[in-house]
Amino acid sequence: MQALLEPFQYEFFRHGLLAATLTGALCGLMGVYIVLRRMSYIGHGLSHSIFGGAVVAYLMTWNFYIGAGLWGFFSALLINATARRRNIGGDAAIGIVTTASFAIGVALISKTRSFTRNFEAALFGNILGVSTRDLIVLGLVTAAVVIAVFAGYKQLLFATFDPGLAKIYGVRTEWVETGFALALAATIVASLNIVGVTLIAAAIVIPPTTARLLTDSFGRMLVLATTIGALCGFAGMVVSYYTDVASGAAIVLVAAATFATVYAVTAARRHVRLRAGHATPRPCPLPAAGIALDEQG
Amino acid sequence: MTQPYAIELAGLSGGYGGDPVLRDVTLRIPRGRFVGLVGPSGAGKTSMLRAMLGTLPRVDGAARIDGKPVTPGAPPPGIGYVPQIETVDWSFPATVEDVVLMGRIRRMGALPWPNREDRRRVGETLERLGIGALARRHIRDLSGGQQQRVFLARALIGEPVVLLLDEPTASVDIKTRDDVLHLLVELHRSGITILMTTHELNAVAAHLPWVVCVNGAIVAQGAPVDVFTGPILSRTFSASMRVIRDPLTGGVLVAEAGEHGPFSRMPEREPARASA
Repeated sequence: MQALLEPFQYEFFRHGLLAATLTGALCGLMGVYIVLRRMSYIGHGLSHSIFGGAVVAYLMTWNFYIGAGLWGFFSALLINATARRRNIGGDAAIGIVTTASFAIGVALISKTRSFTRNFEAALFGNILGVSTRDLIVLGLVTAAVVIAVFAGYKQLLFATFDPGLAKIYGVRTEWVETGFALALAATIVASLNIVGVTLIAAAIVIPPTTARLLTDSFGRMLVLATTIGALCGFAGMVVSYYTDVASGAAIVLVAAATFATVYAVTAARRHVRLRAGHATPRPCPLPAAGIALDEQG
Repeated sequence: MTQPYAIELAGLSGGYGGDPVLRDVTLRIPRGRFVGLVGPSGAGKTSMLRAMLGTLPRVDGAARIDGKPVTPGAPPPGIGYVPQIETVDWSFPATVEDVVLMGRIRRMGALPWPNREDRRRVGETLERLGIGALARRHIRDLSGGQQQRVFLARALIGEPVVLLLDEPTASVDIKTRDDVLHLLVELHRSGITILMTTHELNAVAAHLPWVVCVNGAIVAQGAPVDVFTGPILSRTFSASMRVIRDPLTGGVLVAEAGEHGPFSRMPEREPARASA
């Protein structure tokens, strides 16, 4: 018991644990919309894009969060605008915008030769170096995203399911897209120093994909993905401490192991159901057309 | 005071940026009519629906639904819309209730979950369509006919004056097609104006009282028995078509003329009472 509680006496660990749990929850929540829009690559791409913004912010001596956040926001808008062209797919739009942005960062670093630990942290994450300011920003972003998802739940659900039809039914899809781009950029900027550019995609994609295996309900998927993300962040940090593995990698490996376990269990359950002969609920027979309508006629 | 048309298109031209898909379309459909819109692929059937929905990118002319003008980019008043079912993402985590509630989004409260009144309305609408027991089921787990009813329920829960359906009988078996068309006939009897696009000419002849042939412009409209003639269908589809008439019932059956088959030797008939 003493050994289990040992790491909690260190402030850097408590900070890291809180940061990892919040990041897991935030990325898991946002990831639901990304995975269901089939844009899983956007988390990976946008984190690279924001890296370019972080370099520019550093060289211009702007605040990291404002510079990188704005860069990410406009990158996300640019991806959406490019992907709306009928002959350009979303994956190609992400590839073009984010690699170009990342290349700007790399070009500026090579030009100025001022690669510092800040950029190492952005690339690979530095969860044990999380400051109180980082935690405050992460907490504010998490709270803002949760409130936005709560307030815009119905609009987000409809716009994710069928954006074209949502517009016909009065959902302001342009505003939903803009708000989504803003939330996504904020999520990645707030998480960047914690899990790093290279691993953020996993934090965004794995929890919602795992949740999808467990439920057919959109609302439950949101709750499950957030919870799985938070638990993987927490457990990953503890595993990292005891195994002396880099914290970002430990979080992602715990999440991947969770996905593999859930996949195996749900596949086995499905196999058992198939053998029992009721894998998919049988559709109910329809009543003869018109019977239920007679009273309306 | 005269009642406004349920659907009114006046001198409508438009498309997607290049050559216009629709050219000077004028169409007036009175309230309570059940209309089939037929024509070849690319004839502008879906574009006409999009013009009525205010989502056609470029439009000249006017569209009115129940007397109210349709503004491009603004949600139209009084319309229920059922898109082609092939566009649905069946792996999306949505239950029947989730989907139907989308049709009520403008009337729901601020909270993410539906209130008692919302649930009551969903229950009523699903019961009306004979799928009341399926509210909690995932949309993928339903039969083709049930899935079509779910999307009809989403359109109907907003109490529309006009119901627009884009190929509701595409990619379904004969039994499901018959089932869906019977259901639409019953909805029509309850007073709703229905306009549906379709390629199923014989299903239109069997079930629908009114048909509009379109190929960029309106070619003809009227009762199927009057409009479905060889010359009109050949003009609409730019292909040689033959119409077989049952002398006892007056019913019609449409067939492709083909090059070598028995219908290729059959003479075309002149239209009887169709109005162009």
